[in-house]
Amino acid sequence: MKNKSNDVWVFVEQRNGTPAEVSFELLSKGHKLAATLKSNLVAVVLGHGMRELATKTFQYGTDEVLLVDHPKLENYRTAPYSDIMNELVSERQPRIILFGATFIGRDLAPRVASYTLSGLTADCTDLQISDVVYQRRDYKDLLLQIRPAFGGNIIATIITPDVHVQMATVREGVMEQAVISPKGKGRIVEIPYEPKPVHELVKIIEHHREESGVNLKNASIIVAGGYGMGSKANFKLIHQLAQTLGGDVAGSRAAVDAGFVPPQRQVGQTGMTVRPKLYIAVGISGAIQHRAGMQDSQKIIAINNDPEAPIFDICHYGIKGDALEVIPMFIDAYKNELK
Amino acid sequence: MVKQVPDTANISGQVMKADGTVNRAKLPAIFNPEDKVALELALQVKDRFGGKVTVITMGPPKATDILRECLYMGADEAALISDRKFAGADTLATSFVLSEAIKKIGKFDLIFSGRQAIDGDTAQVGPQTAEKLQVAQVTYAEEIVSAKGDKITIRRKVDEGYEILEATLPVLITVIKEAGEPRPFKAKRVMAYKNARSLLELEKMADSNSLLSVDRLKEDYLSKALFISTYTLDELNIDPGRCGLAGSPTKVHKVASVKLGGGEHESIEPTKDGLRSLIGKLAADHIFG
Ligand SMILES: Cc1cc2nc3c(=O)[nH]c(=O)nc-3n(C[C@H](O)[C@H](O)[C@H](O)COP(=O)(O)OP(=O)(O)OC[C@H]3O[C@@H](n4cnc5c(N)ncnc54)[C@H](O)[C@@H]3O)c2cc1C
Ligand SMILES: Nc1ncnc2c1ncn2[C@@H]1O[C@H](COP(=O)(O)O)[C@@H](O)[C@H]1O
Repeated sequence: MKNKSNDVWVFVEQRNGTPAEVSFELLSKGHKLAATLKSNLVAVVLGHGMRELATKTFQYGTDEVLLVDHPKLENYRTAPYSDIMNELVSERQPRIILFGATFIGRDLAPRVASYTLSGLTADCTDLQISDVVYQRRDYKDLLLQIRPAFGGNIIATIITPDVHVQMATVREGVMEQAVISPKGKGRIVEIPYEPKPVHELVKIIEHHREESGVNLKNASIIVAGGYGMGSKANFKLIHQLAQTLGGDVAGSRAAVDAGFVPPQRQVGQTGMTVRPKLYIAVGISGAIQHRAGMQDSQKIIAINNDPEAPIFDICHYGIKGDALEVIPMFIDAYKNELK
Repeated sequence: MVKQVPDTANISGQVMKADGTVNRAKLPAIFNPEDKVALELALQVKDRFGGKVTVITMGPPKATDILRECLYMGADEAALISDRKFAGADTLATSFVLSEAIKKIGKFDLIFSGRQAIDGDTAQVGPQTAEKLQVAQVTYAEEIVSAKGDKITIRRKVDEGYEILEATLPVLITVIKEAGEPRPFKAKRVMAYKNARSLLELEKMADSNSLLSVDRLKEDYLSKALFISTYTLDELNIDPGRCGLAGSPTKVHKVASVKLGGGEHESIEPTKDGLRSLIGKLAADHIFG
């Protein structure tokens, strides 16, 4: 048996050399988890020309960076990245590994979990360390992987009691970023990379960057429409209200699925997590998966014609009425009051 | 790889069992939407470049429903992977069983799966299966651009834009919804395959009618090309400790129902005056401006 460690790892994701925000969020969370476990926070950085990024992770409380730097690792590719991770994880046996629930994280993490036979929980909305009694056995310091499940009436706590490595993915925006010390210092351990022929079975021919232009995370006012808007034509009202208030447009998954609003604007467990000053939920029932992405907003207004809709349980102001009538009135009132 | 999933868009009430797993019996079951798109892409590849399309699913006998739908759409063969010991599997145990079944079924060039199943949205089973089979993977595929010899060119979505990849076969591809529109069932194929049955369904028929024997039924259905092959634990000859709940490292420790009805909020009348007063309050709180 290999030496097991109690360390907390964060896979630090970069695209074209630019670190993904979620990596710093995970480091911030990882710092807390490692403190509870009295272990080290380890940042795993793969890429090319990554020294600066490696050093930056120390600000977030990283004790050690595992740095694999090689020209062939410049862009993420499944085969070399997963091979490197598989080896590192098998050899060093960390206790916890966190990945962003991004295209890259969700391509890589399952592959590593499958190779190392680790448990992996997707899209966690909270992570905690706790002693657990499971099937009458005591387990010390397990990672509680908390996520809404099934139907939305339920919050499930997933554990990985009998295997050492516990892995989880977390969406961007769910954990808060916290710089521990701007001048933080730590160790950088360089790990050599040896290219192998199997790493070249998939080649990147072209890479197109498209800025989605969607930046809900920094919006201070968000108007979100749900399936209750009824049609794409009606959904225009959401745009009009957002425009009037100087806000951004978002939607529930049901609205995305119905084609009312593009997927980049989905708020919730499997979309964005937002914390604006004002969130207006219109024709949204308030399923837990949706609430997971917006319940920390400073002020929430719900507009819904069903007085029993769960969204009313978490809003500050509730308007019980038909969105198609309320929104035009809202726009008028705003224009009259704040002209 | 296709999966029958509970229709999560229409869930209500108590669907979780005491052990934290899902009471699927209480939910309408549908064909996972992205898996249908995956089959569509597989059929397109077959239309363009030839080959044979086999669909597999791991699930209870009822999951044979979606295999029949695959046959209606144009799949050449279907296999059900089913055993009580496979129940309660997390994604690792699922991918183990699927990969063993695939090895048993034979050689392949391409495996298509959906990006994710709507019951858990994990998107893990595709990559985990690829790892177990030690083949390359391309996730989030939105278009098969071309294929030639042992190479396939795929356009895939990434966080900021898209990539065009060239992969050497064999490769496992996970497919997103936007990649295609599943073709409708062909009336002829529906007629031809509506009586196709998996072994487990034939067993059930035999159980309810003492005049029928499973072996005879199987022979009969095989001869009419209506037999859907079925792989059980014994047939795959795999370690039960790596299947189902037993083979799943992740366990549901606790489920808590979300507390509803506790929240206090201020009711605003849906009238001009109501909205005016609301806007006044928000302005006073410096929300606007
Ligand atoms: C694994 C998983 C992950 C998920 N992730 C997400 C996620 O990230 N984000 C997300 O949003 N969902 C997510 N969901 C889906 C979630 O469970 C709900 O199905 C979804 O949020 C419902 O969207 P909705 O409220 O717009 O639609 P509905 O639930 O259909 O609600 C529509 C609401 O509109 C109201 N309404 C109807 N007509 C009017 C009218 N004229 N005026 C005013 N109100 C009206 C109705 O009373 C109702 O409350 C996920 C589900 C699963 C299983
Ligand atoms: N039981 C199963 N049988 C066949 N394919 C499956 C099964 N579970 C998952 N898959 C495939 O793996 C994809 C991802 O599933 P998931 O990881 O559960 O989101 C699905 O879209 C299916 O193509």
